[in-house]
Amino acid sequence: MRIVVAKPGLDGHDRGAKVIARALRDGGHEVIYTGLRRTPDEIVRIVIDEDAGALGLSSLSGAHSVLIPRVCEGLRESEMNNVIVFAGGIIPEHDRQSLYDVGVRAIFGPGTTSTEILEFLTTIEKRSESEEPVGVGEEAGWHW
Amino acid sequence: MNKSEDLLENARTGNRRSLSKLLTLVEEGHNSPVQHGSGSSLGITGPPGVGKSSLIGKMIDVWVERGESVAVLAVDPSSPRSGGALLGDRMRMVNADSSDLVFIRSLATRNHPGGLMDCLTPMVDILSECGWKNIIIETVGAGQSEIRVVAFADRILLVDGPDRGDIIQAEKAGIMELADLIVINKSDLPEAERAAKAVKSALSVGEDDTTPDVLMVSAHSGQGVEDLVNQLETVITSTDRERLRVRERLISAWDSTLLNSTKLDTTLQALEKGSITLQEAVDKIREEG
Repeated sequence: MRIVVAKPGLDGHDRGAKVIARALRDGGHEVIYTGLRRTPDEIVRIVIDEDAGALGLSSLSGAHSVLIPRVCEGLRESEMNNVIVFAGGIIPEHDRQSLYDVGVRAIFGPGTTSTEILEFLTTIEKRSESEEPVGVGEEAGWHW
Repeated sequence: MNKSEDLLENARTGNRRSLSKLLTLVEEGHNSPVQHGSGSSLGITGPPGVGKSSLIGKMIDVWVERGESVAVLAVDPSSPRSGGALLGDRMRMVNADSSDLVFIRSLATRNHPGGLMDCLTPMVDILSECGWKNIIIETVGAGQSEIRVVAFADRILLVDGPDRGDIIQAEKAGIMELADLIVINKSDLPEAERAAKAVKSALSVGEDDTTPDVLMVSAHSGQGVEDLVNQLETVITSTDRERLRVRERLISAWDSTLLNSTKLDTTLQALEKGSITLQEAVDKIREEG
């Protein structure tokens, strides 16, 4: 799968994003890393230009509840409804449901193994094949 | 009308999503809807870490300032073990994602038999057909296969940095013979001048009218980038270089034919057992055509 790994907003910590990018590559995926401090509009643009199937958003700055929904909205406005969005970093439990509601399909916190993220992607591929909703613009409800 | 023609029609009107989906189709081996394409491309190559992507980022700024569009195909190797790839070129082209005049696509080599070449030419033609003025193919010039990729470009810019003299090493692989223009990046560093002199003297051994110019630029400060962009517009490819590039293209087409041959597996087995010679193997595969 082609996966964009992005750092939205002013958060300058990208060790986690880079570790994930490597793990996904070692799992056989093509990973496009955006670098730091991207706006939601830029991230949507990158997903379109790269024709990516999935987008991983890493946030450690506390701005996840503002930035992640904007990216999801931008993807839907651009008719990129079948892109799979997942998130990682420091995202407290009480913020998670609202992110699932806007189309995020998995949130990985500290301590997540790379095996688990790869398992999530395998599950996603199986769900796509059987035409069950997984994309950001498809019916919400299921998440990892 | 088939799917790729639909996508092309939308892409022509400036729909990026259609353009992007069309490039994916071509990358996956579908036929391009653009016949008799006339796209012209600039290949940019050089050793790892010399600042190719950062320099392209600065060149993009110059073109955008002038109102010219730029499309970049940034090629990176796939891991032979996992088949995955980490494509990080666009993180160095920082201002590129907010302008409608810029399109960047990262491509992994995917260990295709014969490399990426089969899809690069149609991709350039599609981009050109959709109105992209400056089309760049970026690769790491670290080995023969990357040189073959860049040989598909119409003009070639070779980038080196100070403190390495790597392209003098790379001369063995023939990349210097293919370049129309050479730049030494990181001109703000003290060793840059010396690197430029070393490259110039290596070139002047066989100097004639067609010897490429050596420029100094700094992707960090932007110094010299405007001159570089201007010079690219007037640079002329010599017939010698054109011949060498055509040669590289022919060799990669030949490789591709060999690796896609239906007799490849049986021929390899026969070679492994020692039941045929290499020459017999070549003859056997050629019969197929």
